[in-house]
Amino acid sequence: MGIVSPGFQGRPRTQEPALPPGQYLTEDFPVLSAGPTPRVSLDTWEFVISAENGSEHRWSWQELMALPQETPMVDIHCVTRWSKLGTNWQGVSLDTLLADVDTGAHFALAHSYGGYTTNLPLDDLRGGQAWVVHTFDGAPLPAEHGGPARLLVPHLYFWKSAKWVRGLRLKTMDEPGFWETAGYHDYGDPWREQRYQGD
Amino acid sequence: MTEMSYLDGNMLDGPMRELFTVDLSSAMGRCENCGTTGSMASLHVYSHAPGLVARCPTCEEVMVRLVRGPDRAWLDMRGTTFLQVPMPMEQTFPGPL
Repeated sequence: MGIVSPGFQGRPRTQEPALPPGQYLTEDFPVLSAGPTPRVSLDTWEFVISAENGSEHRWSWQELMALPQETPMVDIHCVTRWSKLGTNWQGVSLDTLLADVDTGAHFALAHSYGGYTTNLPLDDLRGGQAWVVHTFDGAPLPAEHGGPARLLVPHLYFWKSAKWVRGLRLKTMDEPGFWETAGYHDYGDPWREQRYQGD
Repeated sequence: MTEMSYLDGNMLDGPMRELFTVDLSSAMGRCENCGTTGSMASLHVYSHAPGLVARCPTCEEVMVRLVRGPDRAWLDMRGTTFLQVPMPMEQTFPGPL
């Protein structure tokens, strides 16, 4: 009889975490980019929320850092089919940033340094579902991954989590962004596999 | 981590051949943003993305976006004012031979 009994099965394997349909698990953090990586100085960085009535709320880097910080641990799902589980971030909740914004808008268009845009319902940025994050795994967010700061909206496909985010324009009408005007879904729920228009 | 780079516009030839019968790598295009006119093969193409994004080599504005779904494709060329495509000489009379 061999040293290893063929009948021995060891500890039961951990159940594979559920992934949205059509996704595969990755341990890497793939870098996707639709253009050159903007290099944004913290001295000039700002985040601006523009309401539909023209009023603006601005935060400098120092002002962002002075706000209450949260440390979401979330799963992220890219429309190119990779998912990464249990990612660690630090940043400011959109609930905090939107708290003093007087608006009746239902939609937001996030815009970024470098020109990228993506649209989201404003409700999806509230209720503890979205953050402006500046730290990943305990270190400043690298520019390749959207630093100094990116949007984090993990319940939607990751193209909605705009890298190099610069602000939100609040809108009464939905205005599709960079990928949404080129065939991608307006909402982008990974659990309903809303990849392309009409999905 | 390495800086994200781009490919040249020759890589558009295969994907665009699904949509067009002409060879786009030999076509010229004009950037809507800065007016630069040059070979489509000279565009900077970012392919590590949900679609192909081709940018003007002069101003880096987007000239072409091509998204390929499983059963559909979307082509957005609002950043390209025109395409100049080489064509065979039009012959109004029979040739000498």
